[in-house]
Amino acid sequence: MSSEATPNMAGVEGDPQVVAETAGAAVETPFKRFVSEFFESRVAIGALFTLVAIILAALLAPLITPQNPYDLGQVDILDGRLPPGSEAFAEYTMWLGSDGAGRDLYSAILYGLRISLAVGVTSGLIAIVIGMSVGLLAAYVGGRVEAFIMRIVDLQLSFPAALVALMLVALLGKGIDKIILALVVAQWAYYARTVRGSALVERSKEYVEAAASLGLSHARIMFRHILPNCLAPLIVVGTIQTAHAIALEATLSFLGVGLPQTEPSLGVLIANGFEYMLSGKYWISVFPGVALLITIVSINLVGDQLRDVLNPRLKR
Amino acid sequence: MSEFMIRRFFQSAIVILAMSAIVFFGVNVVGDPVDMLINPEADQADIEATIRALGLDRPIGEQYLYFLKGVWVGDFGKSFIFGQPALQLILQRMPATLELAFAALLLAIILGIPLGLFAGLRPESRVSKGVMAGSIMGFSLPTFWVGLMMIIIFAVELGWLPSTGRGDTATFLGITSSLFTLDGLSHICLPAFNLALLKISLVIRLTRAGTREAVHQDYIKFARAKGLSNRRIIGVHLLKNILIPVVTVIGLEFGSLIAFSVVTETIFAWPGMGKLLIESILVLDRPVIVAYLMIIVALFVFINLVVDIVYSLLDPRVRLRDQGA
Repeated sequence: MSSEATPNMAGVEGDPQVVAETAGAAVETPFKRFVSEFFESRVAIGALFTLVAIILAALLAPLITPQNPYDLGQVDILDGRLPPGSEAFAEYTMWLGSDGAGRDLYSAILYGLRISLAVGVTSGLIAIVIGMSVGLLAAYVGGRVEAFIMRIVDLQLSFPAALVALMLVALLGKGIDKIILALVVAQWAYYARTVRGSALVERSKEYVEAAASLGLSHARIMFRHILPNCLAPLIVVGTIQTAHAIALEATLSFLGVGLPQTEPSLGVLIANGFEYMLSGKYWISVFPGVALLITIVSINLVGDQLRDVLNPRLKR
Repeated sequence: MSEFMIRRFFQSAIVILAMSAIVFFGVNVVGDPVDMLINPEADQADIEATIRALGLDRPIGEQYLYFLKGVWVGDFGKSFIFGQPALQLILQRMPATLELAFAALLLAIILGIPLGLFAGLRPESRVSKGVMAGSIMGFSLPTFWVGLMMIIIFAVELGWLPSTGRGDTATFLGITSSLFTLDGLSHICLPAFNLALLKISLVIRLTRAGTREAVHQDYIKFARAKGLSNRRIIGVHLLKNILIPVVTVIGLEFGSLIAFSVVTETIFAWPGMGKLLIESILVLDRPVIVAYLMIIVALFVFINLVVDIVYSLLDPRVRLRDQGA
């Protein structure tokens, strides 16, 4: 990604004096440097804007779609399976066509994005909180507790996340709460390992010793002193894991063992279109799939750039 | 050494035992086994009789021991749908899955290693950059989506390859496989490539990283100084050294190929055990689900055990570290 940097920006990196000239009187804070380094890559800028646009579109879905695809009063079965660009009965153009039940695909995709993103982000956040606490505890306490926790983490990581999620879904059944639970269980170990790794390094530093000699409580040292210094790798792993979680949910829903028809995420939409695919009505599956793809790839690209910028070992 | 092996073996047994407990209590505590195990159209007397026959009126601990005894002799109960023993049903479907996973592994090797080698030797060329961009796509695109696209392009639009089923099979050296007939080969193309995509990307990246590191090593410089041909340097000296990690990872990934075949088999209607699992989940055929999960867990534990032991044979430090812990 660094090869995308413009010569001007590279100069800013190398020479502190240039910073003072180009940025005027502004002081270079770590955050500003982070932002300017992040925006060095044109690919990352594009990905970030795409991602912001996707999130906005999902949040504002009811305002920017011609119909609510799950309000039966607004859906007409006679509009079913219309090719892209057709005129709907309610006199608006279905730019992306309609699905088997007569829903406008553009509207269905934006509503589906909401569910996909919500499931991915919710499960990611819960997994982060659990994994972070467990990893921090392991690194801070050490000894048998650490050995025990890391055994479990290693054991779970020897199974692919997709398999863990599939096993849980097989045991628990369908439903949005069960999918979130399955995704949390499939992911927490990655966070625990990440946090434990960086917390081990931080624990032996002098500021932790200083905090301990001030008589601060263990919880305060763990969460207020060590944790903030472990956040950078956690953010990187979190971004990429969220993309994984969204893809995994879509896969499970596509297989019919994920979200039910009442929670139509992008994966459910793709599964619904699958039966029409062999008869040439490609758009019912393809457009939700493209939306899923753009979401996953843009999150991954943003995560890649975050890793390059936040990793001190790659500092140029 | 033998102490290490015994310890590892013991750990594996504990893992399988723990997983059997999770699977058993997952089925019996989270859900109501009476609902799951008994035909909903049965009358009250039948239900009572079945509960007694299945031992569901016993304490849960006793039920678990009973379940373990069944697992020990390979008895997971009969499938509700097919009326056959669940284990037998899965073993019948297993060859199709193994064949698909094997074909995918082969593809990963014969495509991944040359492409990775090329990208490592000429990192600045356009083709290499294209290959690397492709491997990123291979990582981030969901398998099921790529499968759908392959069906649309190669089966629906172009009509080159069939998209469903296994095709004709033939028996050769006692193995029945669709790899031995032309029709079978045409059927396996799309699913095998779909399943292999993630692994191809992985092998490309590993080979490329290994190559880029190795070309600056002294033994390559020495080989060049000796005036060996480029082909011999790359084909013998370089390849021999970078293949070790690649082969290790490929071996480790075989288990995940079998696990991921669940997705590919469902899309391409490949009659393997992954498709059986999804069908069983959809109709709540619990004995088959439990049997599948236990088999997959045992498979993974076995692969990890073998890898650990092979590692310890190759690298004594692993053994020592484990003893120190």
